[in-house]
Amino acid sequence: MKLKSLLMGAVAATAFAPAAFAERGADGEVKIIYWQAPSILNPFLSGGTKDVESASMIIEPLARYNEKGELVPWLVEEVPTVANGGVSEDLTSITWKITPGLTWSDGTPFTSADVAFTHEYCTHPEGGCAQVTKFEGVTSVETPDDLTVVVNFDGPTPNPYGPFVGGESPILQAAQFADCLGAAASTCTEANFNPIGTGPFVVNEFKPNDVITMSANPNYRDPAKPAFASVTFKGGGDARAAGRAVMETGEFDYAWNLQLAPDVIAQMEAGGKGVAVAGFGPLLERIMVNQTNPSPDLPEGERSTAMHPHPFLKEPAVYKAMSMAIDRPLLVEVGYGQAGKVGCSWVPAPEAFASTFDGCETQDLDGANALLDEAGFMDTDGDGIREVNGVPMSIVYQTSTNAVRQDFQALIKEWWAQIGIETELRNIDASVFFGGDAGSPDTFQKFYADVQMYANTFNGTDPQAYLGNGLCDKAPRPDTQWQGENISRFCMEEFDALHAELSGTADMSERQRIGRELSAMITDNGGMIPLVHRGRLSAHSSSLGGVVLNVWDSELWNVADWHRIKSN
Amino acid sequence: MTEPVQSTPVPIEALADKGPLEPPRSQWKDVWDQFRKHKGAMFGGGFLLFITLAVLLGPWIWQVDPQKLDIRGKDMRPIWTALWDSNAKVGWHRPFGTDQLGRDQLAQILSGGRASMAVGWAAMILSLLIGTMVGVLAGFTRKLDGPLMRLTDLFLSLPILPLLLVAVTLFRQPLREAFGPEGGMFFLIVGIIAITSWMPTARIVRGDILALKEREFILAARSIGTTPFRIVQRHLLPNVLSPIMVSATLGLATAIITESALSFLGVGFPSDFPTWGKMLADAVQRMEQFPERVILPGIAISLTVLSVNYLGDGLRDALDPRIRGR
Amino acid sequence: MLTFAIRRLVLAIPTLLFISFVIFMLLQLAPGDPMAQVPLTVPPEVKEKMRQALGVGEPALVQYWKWLVQVFWLEPKVFIDYLTNSSTLLGWLPDTNLYNDELRVISWQTRSPVMDIVIQRIPQTLWVVGMSYIVGILIALPIGIYSAYRQYSIFDQSGTFITMIGFSVPPFFTGPLLIVIFSVQLGWFPSIYDTTHVVNDWASLKVQFNQMILPVMVLALQTTAQISRYMRASMLDNLNQDYVRTARAKGLSEAVVVAVHVLRNSMIPVITVIALGVPAIFGGAIITENVFKVNGIGQLLITALFANDLPMVMTLTFIFAVLIVVFNLIADILYGLLDPRIRYD
Repeated sequence: MKLKSLLMGAVAATAFAPAAFAERGADGEVKIIYWQAPSILNPFLSGGTKDVESASMIIEPLARYNEKGELVPWLVEEVPTVANGGVSEDLTSITWKITPGLTWSDGTPFTSADVAFTHEYCTHPEGGCAQVTKFEGVTSVETPDDLTVVVNFDGPTPNPYGPFVGGESPILQAAQFADCLGAAASTCTEANFNPIGTGPFVVNEFKPNDVITMSANPNYRDPAKPAFASVTFKGGGDARAAGRAVMETGEFDYAWNLQLAPDVIAQMEAGGKGVAVAGFGPLLERIMVNQTNPSPDLPEGERSTAMHPHPFLKEPAVYKAMSMAIDRPLLVEVGYGQAGKVGCSWVPAPEAFASTFDGCETQDLDGANALLDEAGFMDTDGDGIREVNGVPMSIVYQTSTNAVRQDFQALIKEWWAQIGIETELRNIDASVFFGGDAGSPDTFQKFYADVQMYANTFNGTDPQAYLGNGLCDKAPRPDTQWQGENISRFCMEEFDALHAELSGTADMSERQRIGRELSAMITDNGGMIPLVHRGRLSAHSSSLGGVVLNVWDSELWNVADWHRIKSN
Repeated sequence: MTEPVQSTPVPIEALADKGPLEPPRSQWKDVWDQFRKHKGAMFGGGFLLFITLAVLLGPWIWQVDPQKLDIRGKDMRPIWTALWDSNAKVGWHRPFGTDQLGRDQLAQILSGGRASMAVGWAAMILSLLIGTMVGVLAGFTRKLDGPLMRLTDLFLSLPILPLLLVAVTLFRQPLREAFGPEGGMFFLIVGIIAITSWMPTARIVRGDILALKEREFILAARSIGTTPFRIVQRHLLPNVLSPIMVSATLGLATAIITESALSFLGVGFPSDFPTWGKMLADAVQRMEQFPERVILPGIAISLTVLSVNYLGDGLRDALDPRIRGR
Repeated sequence: MLTFAIRRLVLAIPTLLFISFVIFMLLQLAPGDPMAQVPLTVPPEVKEKMRQALGVGEPALVQYWKWLVQVFWLEPKVFIDYLTNSSTLLGWLPDTNLYNDELRVISWQTRSPVMDIVIQRIPQTLWVVGMSYIVGILIALPIGIYSAYRQYSIFDQSGTFITMIGFSVPPFFTGPLLIVIFSVQLGWFPSIYDTTHVVNDWASLKVQFNQMILPVMVLALQTTAQISRYMRASMLDNLNQDYVRTARAKGLSEAVVVAVHVLRNSMIPVITVIALGVPAIFGGAIITENVFKVNGIGQLLITALFANDLPMVMTLTFIFAVLIVVFNLIADILYGLLDPRIRYD
């Protein structure tokens, strides 16, 4: 009965769909350029955004986030909630009902066994799955019948939408990956390069780190989609060239993540062949303030650890003044334009979690100077640099190599100079800076500098795990091989206690209140200085219709709806 | 019928020496005279002198801090833009315009030139010294040929990026302590460029030496007991001078450009420290709106390299006794 | 000369082993992490697991030994299998099955055999970088010879000027400049190279030609500048030698004097430079490939370096090292042919 009505619906949809995309493959070819080239089409083995997003055209999750950050059913009939009985009252299990009649691109039926297999694949101890945190707390995945999946958790889970939700956690075909469990994952080149999926496209040829050619999936669930018969997915180059290919020469239809200065984007848009679109997730460009002493005079192993607190950056007057001296609207204007907003909160989005503080939007150099004067940190030796207890306020400010970040460094150095703080700039290649090599002195975890700037975000809409990055025991230190997410080594008992409270709270508005408080706690106590709430800026050609920029999931989430706008 | 032999032959008038007309000339004076006649070399030398003085003394005359930001005065055009575009944002206090953060371009060119010239010359000379030494040793002494050339092969095949990262990890902190952040980086950059660029020179010099040392004049020198050191110094080196000169010219250009590539990798000078290469690289993305930002450092680099090239040409001609005096 | 060549070839094996060891240790020493490009949202414990799955934690010598076995034992087996099973050249031979699913050199980024990707990248690299090298040499030699023969003529002066400017402006500037002029403003050539393009008729050859022309121009400019300078300098050295006067005195035509006598004696530094450049063709042109999205070996190497994909970097640099050693040997042999007085034994 249900199946029948669904089929009827599909037929009706086909009949009434506008003529422009009534027929699968009617609009020819679409060309997408990512300036980072995808290297594998199995997101479980890579975790890189470029790989997750390119794979999202082929393999899909059970449910995903839309452009507003709301969950929408994808391969299931509805999103399970406590209200509709899909999530158990005690929050320990969630039941997904798969849409009947779904098939893989090879024509075989899509069943709950594939979903259960995906769990098994990712949680295999030797597999090195990048998305294993999605399955954290999952004790078992049961398949009572072909279309029902029950995920059991080891305790009450207020947010059970980790496994099988979002572009990072798509479903793999059990038949294709059966021999690829654990250590064998690397030997399955064919499967990793050409996964069989339920998505709108199938891979014709995959040239790693170069180009993917795809064609429409003949067994896609909506017979009218996708509108494009084939896709060329090119990778490589840089953001500038990608933007130019879409907006100036019109060679490509879609360019991803154009991290370029606003005047450069504006110049490209003047080319008239395409437009830039921006969307905002929780990505925050921030300055992390080292709570510990990074002085090179300290012995290795004690430098930048909790053993030696920072000589002056823990002084409220100092970090408050440093934050006041920054002109955030100007930073946005110089660096991000329409792809940036003033950043005042550790969790800038979703809106309900965002905190703010006084004076975030305005620069106050006089106030900052007054604050430092009041605290008694004066320039005693006349070199223009203030001293704190005899220690001159000279700091090292490091970040990854990136044109916009270097502009920010120059601006902030200038402002800090005006309040008597001397800054030495350092920029480090991103592959070293963000690499976790414990042997390198230049990683952001080691933090052998006084302040450092980078951006961080979280997946989905729930910031609980992300807020955990402020917990004392997450500080990188020698006995954790310098691994850990609490980069500034921020440590407050009240924070740890409040975060524990968050983990035990299920009520949404209460969670939001605690989230705001946690976020405010870290900015008010000098763990970080938020700078810019960054958006994602992508460009598509004027003739490409149906693009809905989504920052909560893969940007290519609705590629099935993309079509060519007829210019008649 | 024998002619009487004259016991004291009468000197032939025409062949008699009349004594020196001029005082004897030293070799170096000849070289200088020849060099002076070379227009290109004089132009090149003059320009090089000018640009060296400009970058050395310029910052004293044009006293604008190249790192000073003036965000309200950003994106100013150079003063000559006013000639054809009366609406352009120009001002006499910023004769070469400003960049996207309002830093004065003239001051940047001047102080950037200091760094670029210093790095370029130091790295080029160091790499030439290493290259020539290895090349001469390998070409001249048969025993060292194998090991030295295999060493060259090794250095040629080392991947540069990991090498840089290792060098930074090992040496940045000690050098920074010894010479300060900029001075320490200077030595690191010069060292890195030199040790990754001496190999072509070494191979070229060796190739030439291999051929030269079998020539007759070397045999002659050897037969009169010239020491190997003198042979190299007196007979071989002057004859491989021209490829070395070419290497020097190309090496200078490469060193200036490589420095800018290094700062991309975070191995170079701090990001707000201007150099010609970095100015050029930063300006490429805005070259349509602000062509002067690429043209100014581009011209500075090109003209410097060009003048070194002409200087080298002149020097080569002046040192070649076969050309000299023609 | 033959014994010399054989001796050098035999000597090349320990040399290459030593070079590969040095490169391997250098890569081990260099800071870097294959997980650097994984987003910060993936927690460190998970990254550690992923590293273990790649075999990163093993002792360096064990990793080196494994790599040696894979490169010198398994890859040749795969290659022989390919030759006898599916290649057109040796397909008539009985099928061999030497390779039976041992782990080959696997790239950490793509989890696929490194050699497969390298082979995939060779066509575009040879098309673009190889072609530009040939074009560059073909232009450079006549320019160098004629500039020297007519030293300080207008031709020489303008040649000097153009080549030196060409050499001192880097490809990261000339590339985008050409794109702005020819792709954006004029719209003549594409700014993005299509690696999936197949040449099978005249029309597709024309398309291939169109997409090659910009990167080839950028690269050939550099090659031309360099080689023509060496050619000119070396010719100048020889044009005033006594043997040239002798040759002229005995009535040989200018063409013969310049093109045979002087040229042959001037080739030694030029041969050195050309031989040094050939391995670099294989190494690709990192910046130019990136600017035009040619995605050849240069782009493969640089992405592998940034992703700290050690097996890929190691294998590529090793192939590169082999070519360097081989071409330096070829240069040495050519010295002997050009100037029979040069003796190595």
